[in-house]
Amino acid sequence: MATTDAIAALQERFPELHFEARPLVVYADGRASDQLWVRVPVERLLEVMGFLYDDPRTRFEQLSDLTAVDYLNYPGATDRFAVIYALLSLTHNHRLWVKVFVNDPDPTVPSVTSIWRGAEWPEREVYDMFGIRFTDHPDLRRILMPQNFTDHPLRKDYPLTGKGEREAFEVVTRESA
Amino acid sequence: MPISYDLGLKPTTLEPVEGEEDRWILNFGPQHPATHTTLRLVLELEGERIVRCTPDIGFLHSGFEKLGEHLDYNQYVVVVERMNYVCPVSNDIAWHMACEKLFGIDVTPRCKALRTILAELGRMQDHLLNIGVSGLDLGGFTAFLYGFNEREIIYDLIEALSGGRFHPSYTRVGGLAQDAPPGWTDRVLDFVRNRIPPALRDIESLLLRNRIFIERTRGLGVISHDDAINWSLTGPVARASGVRRDLRKDEPYLCYADNWDGRGAPAVQFKVPIATGGDVYSRFLVRLEEIRQSCSIIEQVIAMMPEGPVNVEAERRLTLPNKEEIYFSIEGLIHHFEKIMNNRGFRPPLGEAYAANETANGELGYYLVSDGGKAPYRARCRPPSFINYQVFPKLVVGHQISDIPAVLNSLNIIAAELDR
Amino acid sequence: MELKRTVELTNVHTGGADFAVTRFDHLMDALKRHGINWARRHSLWPMPFATACCGIELMATGASRYDIARFGAEAMRFSPRQCDLLIVAGRVVMKMMPVLQKIYLQMTEPKWVISMGACASSGGVFDTYAVIQGIDQFMPVDVYVPGCPPRPETLLEGLMRIQQIVAEDGVKTSRERGRGLRIVVSPPAGRVELGPGFVGAERGTASSDIHR
Repeated sequence: MATTDAIAALQERFPELHFEARPLVVYADGRASDQLWVRVPVERLLEVMGFLYDDPRTRFEQLSDLTAVDYLNYPGATDRFAVIYALLSLTHNHRLWVKVFVNDPDPTVPSVTSIWRGAEWPEREVYDMFGIRFTDHPDLRRILMPQNFTDHPLRKDYPLTGKGEREAFEVVTRESA
Repeated sequence: MPISYDLGLKPTTLEPVEGEEDRWILNFGPQHPATHTTLRLVLELEGERIVRCTPDIGFLHSGFEKLGEHLDYNQYVVVVERMNYVCPVSNDIAWHMACEKLFGIDVTPRCKALRTILAELGRMQDHLLNIGVSGLDLGGFTAFLYGFNEREIIYDLIEALSGGRFHPSYTRVGGLAQDAPPGWTDRVLDFVRNRIPPALRDIESLLLRNRIFIERTRGLGVISHDDAINWSLTGPVARASGVRRDLRKDEPYLCYADNWDGRGAPAVQFKVPIATGGDVYSRFLVRLEEIRQSCSIIEQVIAMMPEGPVNVEAERRLTLPNKEEIYFSIEGLIHHFEKIMNNRGFRPPLGEAYAANETANGELGYYLVSDGGKAPYRARCRPPSFINYQVFPKLVVGHQISDIPAVLNSLNIIAAELDR
Repeated sequence: MELKRTVELTNVHTGGADFAVTRFDHLMDALKRHGINWARRHSLWPMPFATACCGIELMATGASRYDIARFGAEAMRFSPRQCDLLIVAGRVVMKMMPVLQKIYLQMTEPKWVISMGACASSGGVFDTYAVIQGIDQFMPVDVYVPGCPPRPETLLEGLMRIQQIVAEDGVKTSRERGRGLRIVVSPPAGRVELGPGFVGAERGTASSDIHR
């Protein structure tokens, strides 16, 4: 739902990045979704995000959601991980999705907590679940799994039922109480 | 595997500091009456004043998002309800809205009307619990009982509709599990007109002008307007800080949009309460007023309730056809098989979609990635509790320990949505 | 019930003086069991270990419609030292299991455990890497209450089963009880075979009719 004005502003400011806003999904009957996304290279992320936050034509004051997808088995995927930023503008009432693609080993993305402070915990969760590190994050620790957990559960190569961590507890019997 | 609970905190000071000999660390939770189910806080205190607060979450992390990659679009609604468990039916509606956005379909008018009524009933459920517990956390038990009494009636209504009083699993892709029984809308109308106003009056007489309540909640946990936007807050928490945003008005869906039945029906008229204080008391007021607005919305929708099917037509191969069609026509049978059999099922387009609802807690959205199979490739929930909770450590610094339950409750943290 | 059994037991001929002492002992035992257990079962203080949705149904059981105060159990103290009935309501995940075990160990004797809901009893809908597939793998459970979440009436039925366990249990500690009782809320029709700790076991009546 990003206005064409905002996409035009982005293309004007960064002509070298050749931004192309594509719809998130194209339906079976040929219609396209009104939700648009752009791809940003990881080294220019902070610049682009700063522009999207400041420029009056885009003015995305709120980071609605920050998530990641592991495209390991996805048909036609070229990179493994995508960090997806869902941006929302309250003044213009439009949204834009920004995707940054990174790969194994050592996927690293600059943190946007300097622009939107509400990115702090979602970035920690992405680190916890996928293993993607965020540079300059104020406090990058695991958030949902225990602190000494070693795996990254939402990766596609981690099995649903886990690797036996949920069975490895001491048994308390009535006598031990 | 011995689990480590060490948060890796660097202690600010543990040696006595000039003038601050009372610095100590307290572990609050995860099993504590004031934490709304499983939250843990590591508080660094000076006497009883909080100097630093570090939340530790994940005590209810059940792997919802991983499970979403293995259950199909109709099965996952059972799991999705268990996220925000104080208004389960709102999660159903939000999830299937996202699924329908991915499939690119629009549901029937009667389905939209019923879903709107349920969304508002869910909002009332959540707010009644929150208001009741705002009394309970500060020591007043009666408000909690008044809130729960009305929630029991809502449970009865939802049970009449779907068979399950708590987790109805009522919505499906393209419609609902079944139509409402006759006389259901009269029961809802009776509830909204005759049960809610006296209950709200009772709760107000206990809490609204209660001097103790006001003094304990006013000026506590203040979030400014710009902070609320920058910290990605949504819902009553943001609206109590003056943020003018409500998805029902800004990105209308269901009966909140004009021409929702395709024949020119107007959107429902209601007001969105906004407060400017940004403190716990303002959030309480916003929630109280939202219950009243929900009652008005339900009355309008029932007055406009259309007749007709609740599911999209069976040729779309998305919903189960009627039993008469299945047993007495070959097309019905084929459509049924296309839906039920193991190597059939849903065939969504390749792509991604996001849809958000304004639930009682804020913007609840689902980001779906589909690879064309019958289960989502990635089912991400945008959890309002998780995103609202980030700001909590900043809110309690400088206050007393006994202010923690009040602030925690005002943010309406549901642990299952927080941890997923 | 206990008095009637006392009369049966004392019909064994043990000879003169022994007879009087045995009968008095049995009478005192029965009175103690009857009196103390009556007090215990009608004032069970639950420890609500409410993690998820079952916690809300637990709160609803404590609210006005399905009043748990009728059973004397409305005093939901959150300190394990003050409680005798641990109600594990909701799913227990990896990170929470040691906490649950610690709470169980901190409770004072005598204590009983209700595993409320499908998630606590067996993992429920969540067969994932994080959820413990049944707390009875790692700690003792007395009564399993099925449901997702169980209706408040079902929870009250579970509470009544605990009351029955308390009534029949005697004042034994868990050590004397051995492996404990294995009564479930919905037993199969007919008689249920119980473990060796049951009070009637040594008399050859190692079974119980639940629906007495």
